[in-house]
Amino acid sequence: MKKITYSKQFILLSFLLVVLFFINISLGSVSIPFKEIVKTLTGGISTNESWETIILNFRLPKAISAILVGSGLSICGLLMQTLFRNPLAGPFVLGISSGASLGVALLILGSSIFGGFLLNASVSNWSLPIAASLGAFLVLSAVIIAANKVRNTMSILIIGLMFGSLTSAIISVLAYFSEAAQIQQYLFWSFGSLGNLSWNEISVFAVIYIIGIVGTIFVIKPLNSFLLGENYAKSLGINIKKSRNIILLVTSLLTGVITAFSGPIAFIGLAVPHIARMLFTTSNHKILIPSTAIIGAIVLLICDAIAQLPTSEFTLPINAITSLFGAPVVIWLLIRKKKIFV
Amino acid sequence: MSENIVLKTENLTIGYQSKKAQNIVASHIDLSIKKGRLVAVLGKNGIGKSTLLRTIAKVQEPLSGFVFIKNKSLKAYKHQELATCVSMVLTERLPESQLTVFELVALGRQPYTNWIDKLSDSDLEKINWAIDETEIQHLKTKRFYELSDGQLQRVLIARALAQDTEIIILDEPTAHLDLHHTIKIFSLLKNLVEKTSKTIILSSHEVNLSIKFADEIILFTDTEICIGTPSELIEKNAFDNLFPKEIVNFNRKLQQFIVNKK
Repeated sequence: MKKITYSKQFILLSFLLVVLFFINISLGSVSIPFKEIVKTLTGGISTNESWETIILNFRLPKAISAILVGSGLSICGLLMQTLFRNPLAGPFVLGISSGASLGVALLILGSSIFGGFLLNASVSNWSLPIAASLGAFLVLSAVIIAANKVRNTMSILIIGLMFGSLTSAIISVLAYFSEAAQIQQYLFWSFGSLGNLSWNEISVFAVIYIIGIVGTIFVIKPLNSFLLGENYAKSLGINIKKSRNIILLVTSLLTGVITAFSGPIAFIGLAVPHIARMLFTTSNHKILIPSTAIIGAIVLLICDAIAQLPTSEFTLPINAITSLFGAPVVIWLLIRKKKIFV
Repeated sequence: MSENIVLKTENLTIGYQSKKAQNIVASHIDLSIKKGRLVAVLGKNGIGKSTLLRTIAKVQEPLSGFVFIKNKSLKAYKHQELATCVSMVLTERLPESQLTVFELVALGRQPYTNWIDKLSDSDLEKINWAIDETEIQHLKTKRFYELSDGQLQRVLIARALAQDTEIIILDEPTAHLDLHHTIKIFSLLKNLVEKTSKTIILSSHEVNLSIKFADEIILFTDTEICIGTPSELIEKNAFDNLFPKEIVNFNRKLQQFIVNKK
């Protein structure tokens, strides 16, 4: 029997990822020779100390967070699409990102309303991700509970959207009663940014990311059985509730922590799984999960590079770039391919 | 004798439980089905054929009474264990995906594979056997959405076969098929029963074909549920009240239903 292998695609994508990683690091307000970048990254000593600082403390963490955010959100999108058996599902559409935003809004905006008993956001590395994850978990649980009641996948999406606008409304109310400084802080957060992360925060991020990935690997088998629908999955001996809870937990954790650190980033979670399915023409999650992760990282590295380009002085909000350049690409892909899959 | 009985129900009541009320579809169901039988479940639309099959497969809970599979109460089965005893072919449409026929059949091995779903040599052997038995070798690398209804049905049967269970349950496997493909499915199932001595239970609206092919028939009528071989049921005139007499009549001599002429 001929076995279908995907090694060619994987090698190509990995190569692209590495190239984009270096391109991403070489872009910025200070131009640094490519040779120096390679030297610094491979552990050598650069001729210019400030270059070394820029690379190691600013650009490298940013590139790493682009990879974590891009792959993490994309995996969440894939999990949601398979769980809901709906190609339109994704962390943003189902209101999970809004939930995370609500968590952050309560933390930042709420502190001025409710006083000091809520943690000051700048105090701990953990308060922001915890708040965002709780918010994401809250909304996702509500969506899942509703999903169990209605069955119809279209209604589930609409319910997700409703939860999204509900949380947005709560955030608006919070903003109305908040002080200008806090509103500004929240607004800047909501633009999305891959920079600003210290190594300390990156390590917090990485730990949660790895937990999420491990959880995802454990649900590969149930995910594949979900491709036949819930009843078949059950008849194959899959523990639906347990698998669903793991997926729920992984998604809210990843979306929560990503949204906390980099703001609500749209489009990636919805679109990247489709790009992966088109490139690999498979629905097998053993292939889809790694490919979605790599493509997600690639897409966000590209978006981040675009955000850097127009002026070297400052960067555009990443959230705008992902939608601005991503949405047309997806529309084009779908029109060309016509058929979309879960 | 009793080790030959793979499926037994005792005073089973099936239906749907909502918060306020019980919607009883059928009650007092006492069946016992032996190993290596092709069993057809017949009856009008909405009379409870699917509900019975879903209850036997533990997709839904019985309202009361018992189901025994291989002399063990269904309640005592974990889903994982049941998956090695009962496999299913359902009427519901598969969600759109890019699964290939081979991958779809291979999913039948999930109850036996490890946590990462790796196929062992014996898994591959079973998969290829199932593909051979259902004569779908030429479709192996196709995606399932490219198949015709008849081909898809064979693929789904192959998936159930790969699951290697003693009981296979099929909910209206011939629902969208033309007469030729319907007969092909019936004879495939008949052959499988003879070859593998698995027990295959299917619900169907193909009364005439069921009488011809099935070893046993579970007949849902408005008043009762009878079980027996086709000739036993014909002897009892059980088919007479299956449908309104002014439209179709059962002809004992031909052993089939005949549409009334105007």
